[in-house]
Amino acid sequence: MEMKAVVSSTGLMLLFAWLSPSQALYFHIGETEKKCFIEEIPDETMVIGRYRTQLWDKQAGSFLPSTPGLGMHVEIKDPDAKIILSRQYGSDGRFTFTSHTPGEHQICLHSNSTKMALFTGGKLRVHLDIQVGEHTNNYPEIAAKDKLSELQLRVRQLLDQVEQIQKEQNYQRYREERFRMTSESTNQRVLWWSIAQTFILIITGIWQMRHLKSFFEAKKLV
Amino acid sequence: MLFWFLLLCVQLMLGWIRASELTFELPDNAKQCFYEDISIGTKCTLEFQVVTGGHYDVDCRLEDPDGTVLYKEMKKQYDSFTFTASRNGTFKFCFSNEFSTFTHKTVYFDFQVGDDPPLFPNENGVTALTQMESACVSIHEALKSVIDYQTHFRLRETQGRSRAEDLNTRVAFWSIGEAFILLVVSISQVLLLRSFFSDKKTTTTRVGS
Repeated sequence: MEMKAVVSSTGLMLLFAWLSPSQALYFHIGETEKKCFIEEIPDETMVIGRYRTQLWDKQAGSFLPSTPGLGMHVEIKDPDAKIILSRQYGSDGRFTFTSHTPGEHQICLHSNSTKMALFTGGKLRVHLDIQVGEHTNNYPEIAAKDKLSELQLRVRQLLDQVEQIQKEQNYQRYREERFRMTSESTNQRVLWWSIAQTFILIITGIWQMRHLKSFFEAKKLV
Repeated sequence: MLFWFLLLCVQLMLGWIRASELTFELPDNAKQCFYEDISIGTKCTLEFQVVTGGHYDVDCRLEDPDGTVLYKEMKKQYDSFTFTASRNGTFKFCFSNEFSTFTHKTVYFDFQVGDDPPLFPNENGVTALTQMESACVSIHEALKSVIDYQTHFRLRETQGRSRAEDLNTRVAFWSIGEAFILLVVSISQVLLLRSFFSDKKTTTTRVGS
């Protein structure tokens, strides 16, 4: 009996965990406007994004609580500009991805609705919440699943944080290497192009003088 | 046990007090505003940093539900502002790039509302923590600030690196362009000079005869 209650409560709990943010940050977006957010993350990092949209009701003069049939298209690009997720979601959505290459990932959202401007004056309110890395962990859920005591859960949280720091440090090393390679490349380019330009200058100078000399000799002016 | 789970569910429903961290691109002459509903007495922190673009500066403005400006700075590269919500309502903060004519800026901000949700539902701050638990709490806080510093360091490094990459492509582009211009100018100089002397030759022969 208690087991059944526990299971149903866990289910209920997980359901609530899935619910879109009701108190998250929000912003306004136009009808065909595309809003992009950049997440610079190390590899093998999980990102969970949740959004909720509300349509402006001109008659009521306020935002409707929720609008079925209104969708948002979510597109996620990896650092190599390759699309890793491109999907249509409803008016409330939850998207998740795990990065396989470290770097700047771009999360773009735009509305798929064209009838907004007709009914509503074209304003859409989007509540958005993006959680990265160890913030994606739901500790009460983990405690329930693995049956951890308070201290064990705290230590688990610390371990996750430290793992995130390690990943970030590793990513830092990779980026510093890229930076160094870019600087070396600039150095090489400046060096070789300066030499090349000086060479071209001298060669064209010599060519000019020789050509003109032979030209004047042909014209019998010299 | 059941009670604990139900309390957990309630906790989860109410517990959306968290930090929002976003990086977005602000086109030239554009303004982007974000809103958040905050209850009275909540301690909030807004931190922002310009990652790429121009002179790395942006205007920032934070207003409370009455429209009173709590924070206003022009052309700032990085800042952090802490305030306590004086009333319930929607707080608004805006980033403006309206002073710039052609550079887009990438802006990072971190808006923290309230404290982190506690790990356990029956933790109301009244129960005493054991030594181990308080040690864990202080380590957690210290690690949070480490992660925060890491983020700011990463943003500064991104700034430097994108400038370097920009410089790299620009050096190649302009060197090739200059070499090309050099060749074109020297050849056209010669051709122009030749054309002067071709005309002069007919006039000199006329004068001579």
